Amino acid sequence: MTKRQITMKHFLSSAALALGLLVGTMPAHAEGESGLLKSGSDVRDQASLQRGARLFFNYCVGCHSLKYVRYSRIAEDLGLSEQEVMQNLNFTGARFDDPVISHMPAESAGKWFGKAPPDLSLEVSAKSADWVYTYLNSFYLDPHSPIGWNNTALPNAAMPFPLWELQGTQAAVMKPGTDEVEKLELAKPGKLTPAQFQQATRDLTSFLEYTSEPAALQRHHYGIWVLLFLAFFTLLAYMLKKEYWKDVH
Amino acid sequence: MANVFTNIGDWVTERAPNMMPMYRKHMTEYYAPKNFNLWYYFGSLAIVVLVNQIVTGIFLTMNYNPSAAGAFDSVQYIMRDVEWGWLIRYMHSTGASLFFVVVFLHMFRGIMYGSYKKPRELVWLLGMLIFLVLMAEAFMGYVLPWGNMSFWGAKVIVSLFGTIPVIGSTLVEWIMGDFLPADATLNRFFALHVIALPLVLLLLVVLHIAALHEVGSNNPDGVEIKKGPKGNRWDALKPADGIPFHPYYTVKDMFGVGFFLLIAAFIIFFAPTFGGWFLEHDNSIMANNLVTPAEIKPVWYFTPFYAIVRMIPSFAGTAVWGVLAMFGAIAVLFLMPWFDRGQVKSIRYRGTGYKVALGVFVIAFFGLGAVGAGITAEVIPEWFGNVDLTTWENAFGRLMTLLYFGFFAFLWAYTHFGWEKTKPVPDRVTMHD
Repeated sequence: MTKRQITMKHFLSSAALALGLLVGTMPAHAEGESGLLKSGSDVRDQASLQRGARLFFNYCVGCHSLKYVRYSRIAEDLGLSEQEVMQNLNFTGARFDDPVISHMPAESAGKWFGKAPPDLSLEVSAKSADWVYTYLNSFYLDPHSPIGWNNTALPNAAMPFPLWELQGTQAAVMKPGTDEVEKLELAKPGKLTPAQFQQATRDLTSFLEYTSEPAALQRHHYGIWVLLFLAFFTLLAYMLKKEYWKDVH
Repeated sequence: MANVFTNIGDWVTERAPNMMPMYRKHMTEYYAPKNFNLWYYFGSLAIVVLVNQIVTGIFLTMNYNPSAAGAFDSVQYIMRDVEWGWLIRYMHSTGASLFFVVVFLHMFRGIMYGSYKKPRELVWLLGMLIFLVLMAEAFMGYVLPWGNMSFWGAKVIVSLFGTIPVIGSTLVEWIMGDFLPADATLNRFFALHVIALPLVLLLLVVLHIAALHEVGSNNPDGVEIKKGPKGNRWDALKPADGIPFHPYYTVKDMFGVGFFLLIAAFIIFFAPTFGGWFLEHDNSIMANNLVTPAEIKPVWYFTPFYAIVRMIPSFAGTAVWGVLAMFGAIAVLFLMPWFDRGQVKSIRYRGTGYKVALGVFVIAFFGLGAVGAGITAEVIPEWFGNVDLTTWENAFGRLMTLLYFGFFAFLWAYTHFGWEKTKPVPDRVTMHD
């Protein structure tokens, strides 16, 4: 091994190290605030998506639209029939090919809550799955809030907690002498146990992760075959190169 | 069948006698040094990405709506309703980031092996022009999805021109066609992004390659093969250390392309947002001039330059110095061939001072990137606890800025005053594999 090879290796390894450092800081950077719960959501779990969809259409669609998502697309991607979707998920009388639009008039909603409920099609893309999951698990009763509810993930959120009958109600334990929330405690149990509720919110998060990017299902489906093809192509190209370069010394 | 091709070839040659000679000049009789290493893949990879951007870009324009009211929705339409639209868009967005990865490495290769030096100054200058146009192209492309980071990014970057004394604010209005990034801005950025700048880019690429083929490629040893012994298996008058570009480097680059596509496909299919680095969270919210993102920062490939703007304080009543320094950071790269007066090209035979300085330059580039991307703003409180973030970040960022520019100053002094102790350069190229 000559000295200049060492130089080259040294440069390559330092470049790789720098890249490694960059990638290493990525997740922390991408998720922004620390202290988020791990959602454990999975768009490839079709049963979870179906349960999440049921929750969304029972508890959320009253206020929130999914304007970029069609009922027909949900049926196709979640393995449901047209009849199942129209009977169990569509409560607004929309047609099968229509997008999911809430019936709540935006103007009145603005008056009632101070802010019209946002469209949730891209919520997971805009925040993150962990953020949505944390948000859904961070509501508590707050007598000082105009709507009676507050949220530690998004303080003073203008949203009442629609899932309270499932989770029960949480109360905030304050840091002594401050008005900062230290932790949340389950004050009154709901229909679900804490573990069941976490699974339910995980399902809901998975569903919203799906609505953020329905293409994720196709990506995962085709990705592996594309990589296998390219690996095969690269191998052939390598062998071809070796063959051609045999006489270069 | 072979007969048909011969006939077509003859037919063309009869009417355009210089077609075949041109092909030979640039492919089968372009003699490239035989000792290219890993670093020499990035030129051909840049062409691959350029073609990808043009082809996917054409399909995107078929479905994209360049208006403030419709742009954001049309991107979601592409992602959801257009057949394979998601793949086309991810190929384009991933391609944009990989374009910069490839171009940065290509430029670094040029610096490392002294490829900018005589007689290749023109190749380097044309390459730097490509880099400049590419930055404009990428910036305008980033605005088109009309997400909230597109909007605020555009606002911040265009506002940089507002720091120019006297004409600043008029200039900003002129660029945007409005007081804020708006419909007019989007329309003109679309026009520039899909036709004006790509045409310039293509022309520059052709000139870059034409200029290269006039002088011939440099190599990891920095040896001029044209000045070495003559005579190879194909031609008695051509460099002994040269091999025909086609088929030798076409098959080698084919392998490089395969490997590169493997990485690109992994990102496209399994991590298209790349953890928020290639596609940012805030761009999933439609542009809104009333809601500012928590942290406005450019895409990763602009962060080192953006950091320089932020790190230069305003004085004498104007903030134009930061903007000048940012453009200066690119201008000094243009002037590389004249800062570096050393006769030895390749890092393999250059003095220790050069090697250390280049290492420091790389650190400064990544350091500035960390500042521009907001990594230091997160890491400093984590590592050092309750310190004054602005002071620490400024201290670090300014040191990195100083080191960035210091590299060029050092390089000039080091080579101008003859401080560099170089090693003997071999007469012929060396092979390692």
